[in-house]
Amino acid sequence: MTALLEVEDLRVAYGKIEAVKGISFSVEAGQVVTLIGTNGAGKTTTLRTLSGLLKPSGGRITFDGKPLSGVPAHKIVSLGLAHSPEGRHIFPRLTITENLQLGAFLRTDKAGIEKDIQRAYDLFPILGERRKQAAGTLSGGEQQMLAMGRALMSQPKLLMLDEPSMGLSPIMMQKIMETIVELKAQGTTILLVEQNAQAALSLADQAHVMEVGTIKLSGPGSELLHDESVRKTYLGED
Amino acid sequence: MHELPQQLANGLALGALYGLIAIGYTMVYGIVQLINFAHGEIFMIGGFGALTAYIALPSGTSLLVAIPLMIVGGAIASVAVATAAERFAYRPLRNAPRLAPLITAIGLSIVLQQLVWGLYPDAKKPRSFPEIQGESFKIFDNLYLQRADAFVLVLAPACMLALGLFVAKSRSGRAMQATAQDPDTAKLMGINTDRIIVMAFAIGAAFAAVAAVAYGVDKGQINFEMGFILGLKAFTAAVLGGIGNIYGAMVGGVVLGLAESLSIAYIEEIPGMQQLGGGAWANVWAFVLLIVVLLVRPQGLLGERVADRA
Repeated sequence: MTALLEVEDLRVAYGKIEAVKGISFSVEAGQVVTLIGTNGAGKTTTLRTLSGLLKPSGGRITFDGKPLSGVPAHKIVSLGLAHSPEGRHIFPRLTITENLQLGAFLRTDKAGIEKDIQRAYDLFPILGERRKQAAGTLSGGEQQMLAMGRALMSQPKLLMLDEPSMGLSPIMMQKIMETIVELKAQGTTILLVEQNAQAALSLADQAHVMEVGTIKLSGPGSELLHDESVRKTYLGED
Repeated sequence: MHELPQQLANGLALGALYGLIAIGYTMVYGIVQLINFAHGEIFMIGGFGALTAYIALPSGTSLLVAIPLMIVGGAIASVAVATAAERFAYRPLRNAPRLAPLITAIGLSIVLQQLVWGLYPDAKKPRSFPEIQGESFKIFDNLYLQRADAFVLVLAPACMLALGLFVAKSRSGRAMQATAQDPDTAKLMGINTDRIIVMAFAIGAAFAAVAAVAYGVDKGQINFEMGFILGLKAFTAAVLGGIGNIYGAMVGGVVLGLAESLSIAYIEEIPGMQQLGGGAWANVWAFVLLIVVLLVRPQGLLGERVADRA
């Protein structure tokens, strides 16, 4: 069986500066794959390229058997690739319900959309309580929940989460990580970018360590969690 | 003060006209943060499109029939030019420094004026436009409403209401709000933001065509330069009301229209200010108002400063 997402020798440049310098990895259906690494390693750039917001300067992306090159960003979500961006990027002046509805923008099954909105409220009860509130009034953690709920509304084959725990309190971070575990248990395929390496590695089937635009190290999450160089560099151990 | 109701009515009608044109500035700014300085010319082209439609009609057609067709003709012309400008002049500069599209807009404004001046038959002089004839409506002893003013006072709120409903309720309107708030994320939702941007230009142009017909049937003439000062006034109205906010455009238009009409009537009655009143000074007072409002509320009357939490 071929992988759901296949990235081969991907290169992305901002002008003359190459931010991603030929990386290859794949995501199998049902897996949680994580990209970890410091700021500027190229993780976010990779996700933004996968969802079509940035154009690659080289390499190949194959999703669900189809090449993604040249597909505009607004068509990629219809192929089953959803992206919860770094910094949440909820629509601040729309309500929570409206944000969720926008996640299902391309769907036409009204009853199904209603059901999935309800599912998002079940997953994150606080969103249900505040459904009529402008999303900009939510706390950072609540906005993260909304961003994840919104990404799920497109019924994606692959959910890409960029820094879901960034800037959150430890309690909120734990809640978000528990949700990812829950989504994984339900069979959602996830590509997770995280700076919180400990949390990401402990739930990932497969992990890749990125450094200045390249993949330095790959392996099962549990294995990297115990790798000495990873522990030193990313888990803050001496 | 006996003529106050009349001055208010005049100001409202003028303000409604400004508001209709201001929608075009505010919609485009709200979505692509571009001040489309060629929008005054889009308004003017709407007028010439409407005139063309009128000329094509059999002579003797009643205005009641002609006006809707003139609005359609004007809108076809203005929407075609505005969307072509978006596609060929502004879109290639979407990621350029913001000064580039701004200068393009100013250049485009001159080009469009000169094209109409040079190519439209007899457009080097003002061309006469079918005028709404007939007696004014008497509302009170001291308040008469000219038919052309009544026309714009009915049309402008109706257009605003339709636009408000469209933006708030329709799927495209929702997509428009999303694109205005966060274009990249809107793309991630599957929204074709290029299409939404074209739609914003088109709606603004259609409103400008409605305004051009309202202007023409009031003045009885149109000319290739009319978009300049009216465009500037409408832009002022959009900023006054809070640029990016569609209701702000209307509110700003009305405030500006009232300020002009009241300044014409009453400034010269203030002791020591006789020299500064009358029609010649109306524009000055309009811009003084703009400056004062922007000093107190830089975001405009209805503009909001939303702090998006990081």
